[in-house]
Amino acid sequence: MNGSSIMHSPSTSLADRLRLMDGRGRAAWTVGLCCLYFASLAVTAWLMDDSGLSTDFMNRKLAPSLAYPFGTDWLGRDMLVRTVKGLCRSLGIGLMAAVFSSFVSAGLGIAAATLGPRVDAAVSGLIDLVMATPHLVLLILVSFACGGGATGVVVAVTVSHWPRLARIIRAEVLQLRQAEFIRLSHRMGRSPLWIARHHMLPHVLPQFVIGLILLFPHAILHAAGLTFLGFGLSPHNPSIGILLAESMRHLSTGYWWLAVLPGLSLVVTVKLFDVLGNRLRLITEPRTSQV
Amino acid sequence: MISATPRFFLGKTARLACILTLVSVLAFTLVSMSPIDPVTAYIGIDRMQISTEQERLIIERWGLDKPATERFFLWAGNVLRGDLGDSMIFNEPVIDVIAKRFKTSLWLMLSAWPLSGVLGFLLGVLAGMRRGSLLDRGIRLYAYTLASTPSFWLGLVLLAIFSVSLGLTPICCATPPGVSPADATLWERIQHLILPAVTLSVVGVAQIALHTREKMIDAMESDYALFAFAQGESRFGVACRHALRNVALPAVTLQFASLGELFGGSVLAEQVFSYPGLGRATVEAGIRGDVPLLLGITLFSAIFVFFGNFMADLLYGVLDPRIRIGREVSQ
Repeated sequence: MNGSSIMHSPSTSLADRLRLMDGRGRAAWTVGLCCLYFASLAVTAWLMDDSGLSTDFMNRKLAPSLAYPFGTDWLGRDMLVRTVKGLCRSLGIGLMAAVFSSFVSAGLGIAAATLGPRVDAAVSGLIDLVMATPHLVLLILVSFACGGGATGVVVAVTVSHWPRLARIIRAEVLQLRQAEFIRLSHRMGRSPLWIARHHMLPHVLPQFVIGLILLFPHAILHAAGLTFLGFGLSPHNPSIGILLAESMRHLSTGYWWLAVLPGLSLVVTVKLFDVLGNRLRLITEPRTSQV
Repeated sequence: MISATPRFFLGKTARLACILTLVSVLAFTLVSMSPIDPVTAYIGIDRMQISTEQERLIIERWGLDKPATERFFLWAGNVLRGDLGDSMIFNEPVIDVIAKRFKTSLWLMLSAWPLSGVLGFLLGVLAGMRRGSLLDRGIRLYAYTLASTPSFWLGLVLLAIFSVSLGLTPICCATPPGVSPADATLWERIQHLILPAVTLSVVGVAQIALHTREKMIDAMESDYALFAFAQGESRFGVACRHALRNVALPAVTLQFASLGELFGGSVLAEQVFSYPGLGRATVEAGIRGDVPLLLGITLFSAIFVFFGNFMADLLYGVLDPRIRIGREVSQ
């Protein structure tokens, strides 16, 4: 159902594959189900009204039940509503940071591979610099430099997450430049820009998209961690990090659901993104796509 | 390639100096860019109650009236002489704060780091020994799920189960309330260490398990393993007598190279368990705008990460007989 909408190429065998459940068909199904989950999460958050967020002192600190599947907090707010909204906010921030970060990777990776040894050395120096301190210390520093807030979190995650993908793209472009069909195309008089667009882009783009998706779990986890530590988002507009930080104060009095359920939904979401990226890689990579 | 010669050490020292210079420039630039006013961050709510005269005194004492470049060279000069300045929130020299806090964190790291290494290695070997088996799939699922689990959430769950529901472990801190670290008994300290250490060790397990699994699969499919199989060696025997030593090396080096993640993980773990180590000091310095401490910790963490990578390089050369012998032949 949803799987076919992901694969835009209307290959006739796709339907067979889905039925046959071979490796590729299973991967397409998984991708479809992951997308369905994210879509339903977004729609639920959009449909939910804010009535669950208002304080309700009659229903304070209720354990999870049928009426309140995630329980209520110390102000009587519905934790399910808060979790869904918070999850969407965390996803949004993670997505933004991952997109920015992968564009930085692409820019620096391609620059390093094409603009000569000096730029290459400069980029690898920059990578060394970013890797020289632990991720979290750099995140705290950058968020401090931005004065906290959502911007701080996005910038911090962007700045600290690009090196891995930049290395992959640099290696890919370097390899492509030496490839025979590229050199042949060059000899036949094609301009570098034409070669880049028609020969290189189709190879680099899948790497880039999958790198972006696989970057996302790291981005969202680090954004949540940074928020949890108290840098960034304001408590009025909760993300998962804020919910978990708040729950810490109430954990010792036995309100376990405040921490366990929002965190669990974060784990599921991040895990599904990881699955999505790996399955997409399986489908697009020529070496494994036929298995 | 890499050898423990004087030249190797000299090169590494130069590299460390280079990295530290770059890191301090970067860190100082970032800190100077911050819109957070250090005076407001220091004084907090009482900001309205101090006079402009007092404010001027504070600004002068911290040298905030000078331009950023001048401040940087002043600070860098002091750092070269071994003076990292005074921490604003702890009212102590930064060096002392870092030393004291790091000693507390070191206990945590020393108990978590070997735990994650050994556990991850064992899981990786078991999974790689029988690729595609139920055990392998289970371990892989476990490792991948662990990789998408925020460690601080895991800490909260452990806290809810073992401290709140079962009452087996203490809720917070490194010592019982009201007991100074010097007076706490060894058992009390260990009891306070268990949950943070388990939380912290979880971070490293997934990576090392997956890495070891890959290496183990390679080793089990190698020519020497095939030869051993042909001689009638069992799967377990090949794994123990032939593959294990080859797999152990990359695992050891990877474990050293992951010291940075250990440091980052300890920041989160210490926050969850209110463990008064260096990680918590980092968070407090960041939130309350303690610039000298933040810069000091950044430099320290860079040295820490460098040390890990350095040990990894060194061990690779020292432990691997092939690299060692290859070098002797080539010389």
